[in-house]
Amino acid sequence: MEDNTILRVEGLSKAFGGVVAVNKVSFHVKKGELLGIIGPNGSGKSTLVNLVTGFVKPDSGKVIYRGLDITRKMPYKIAELGISRTFQMVRPFYQLPAFKNLIIPLYSRRVKKLRGGKYGERDDIAIDLLEEVGFERDSFVPYKVASSLPHGYLKRLELARCLALKADLLILDELFSGMSMSEVASSLPIIEKLHEEGISMIMVEHRLKELFRLANRVITLNFGSKIADGHPSEVMESDAVKAAYLGSEDDD
Amino acid sequence: MTVRYRKERLDRGIKARSDDIFVLSSYREMLYVLLPRVLPVLALFIFLLLKPLVGLYWEKVVVLTCAIALLALSWDLMASVGLVSLGQSLFFGAGAYLTGFLNSTFGWPYFLTIPVGTLGGALFCTILLLPVLRLRGIYFAIVTLTLPLLLTRFIETTKILGGGQGISGISALPNTLVEFYVPAFALLLCLFGFRRLINEDYGVILQGIRDNDLAVMSAAINIYRFRAQAVFIAGTAGAFSGAFMTHYFQFVGMPAFALDYSILPLTCAVLGGVGTFAGSTLGAFILVPLSEALRALGTLRVVFYSAMLIIFVVGLPEGIFHYIQRKYQQFERLVEFD
Repeated sequence: MEDNTILRVEGLSKAFGGVVAVNKVSFHVKKGELLGIIGPNGSGKSTLVNLVTGFVKPDSGKVIYRGLDITRKMPYKIAELGISRTFQMVRPFYQLPAFKNLIIPLYSRRVKKLRGGKYGERDDIAIDLLEEVGFERDSFVPYKVASSLPHGYLKRLELARCLALKADLLILDELFSGMSMSEVASSLPIIEKLHEEGISMIMVEHRLKELFRLANRVITLNFGSKIADGHPSEVMESDAVKAAYLGSEDDD
Repeated sequence: MTVRYRKERLDRGIKARSDDIFVLSSYREMLYVLLPRVLPVLALFIFLLLKPLVGLYWEKVVVLTCAIALLALSWDLMASVGLVSLGQSLFFGAGAYLTGFLNSTFGWPYFLTIPVGTLGGALFCTILLLPVLRLRGIYFAIVTLTLPLLLTRFIETTKILGGGQGISGISALPNTLVEFYVPAFALLLCLFGFRRLINEDYGVILQGIRDNDLAVMSAAINIYRFRAQAVFIAGTAGAFSGAFMTHYFQFVGMPAFALDYSILPLTCAVLGGVGTFAGSTLGAFILVPLSEALRALGTLRVVFYSAMLIIFVVGLPEGIFHYIQRKYQQFERLVEFD
């Protein structure tokens, strides 16, 4: 059982002032699994991601990654161990060309270790990675300054940063939000390919149709608590989930 | 509909040609690239030969300018990692006092005290700043502003290192050549070294930390390690300035931690243009000689150059260097739009 689990979250809680953003949430991710996290706005999804990746320190609870307690580790330490995330609000380095953005993860110790420390080739690796996420090399998109790129490209630049780190667990925080239909359609195969390669993933998503197609399992949050956990079809049928999204009669 | 115009900027042909290997195609292109780099270097090195013309006074001014320019470079490098410092005199003072102490207590000669003072001073400041490297923006600035003041009072009250009187009788530099060329060479080394550094992959990380430290952290990079390294590198430039000036003045005292050494470099960087290093150097070479030339005006010179500073900050916030660079590389024309 333990060998099969890559991430185990136990009773994680976080309150901001009086507002309980995440309330005793427990879940696990198996190796190679794609776990979806859904929930209405303000249900604590992004806070949960921030707690797991170390950007926010929890009030109580534990995060265990491959048997190692990473609860209060610094974000760069967690990334170095192989958990990589995208930001819901894109955080590129606007003044740099797109491929120079990837120099930063490629310069990290983790990548130097994994790729055998080939120093002079970082630019080439970066451009290959960008091509992988759909930056057209022929029209010189990887060379364009990040501030001149459309939002959809910046989202995929975030994804490329995770790929550059060769992460074992990807956490995609609303990757598809703000993307056009065609951009989503072209990003789906990338994620499917990563999934087939056996990389574990957590996807926080509002686009339920796409998510339910990709995910092996979905958990649902509402007001910071987990209200459902199971196969996408089960979750979709669950009364609690329907009530969370649509509101129930006895709620008011 | 009124026809309106907007300014369009285009790269000059010669700029586009000389960006690439084609720069080797003609002397004109080669000179276009080389002259802005070589001319200032030559001017600085030839200056000493003009000594009979300009006199000892202006030679001293240039040495002081180099020292301030080094501090400005050091400020600029720290600003490139997002650490805005209001206390460059911390580095200056640390380098100065360590050098003075080694020379007066152990009688080490200048060629030992200056390197040891430089590295030791930089190391001391880096260790002192380690706990506050997590702070950003104004909080870091306040701490750096306070530290030199704290050290001044500490030295004054504990009466260590000469207390309020300072340490005098430090051995002089052997000759004018050393006095002039050592700081000039150090300045050029830092200027071109820092420019190189910031364009390397290492510099990309530093700029990334300035723009967006959370994203750098999520890329598995320990930003505090990089910040500490940057502070050490910047500190070396600042501490060298202090170490050298100790031997130059043959004295080290509490003025080494004075606000002048914090504010003047910052002003030079802002006047010249932040982020290019050449801008900070240019700023120093304008501001320091100017403030010396205006010395005859007495107190009024402060009014004059403060007013000039305000005019530049408001009228040319990008800095003089960026302005000159743009004119050199691009031309402007008006195009219609509606």
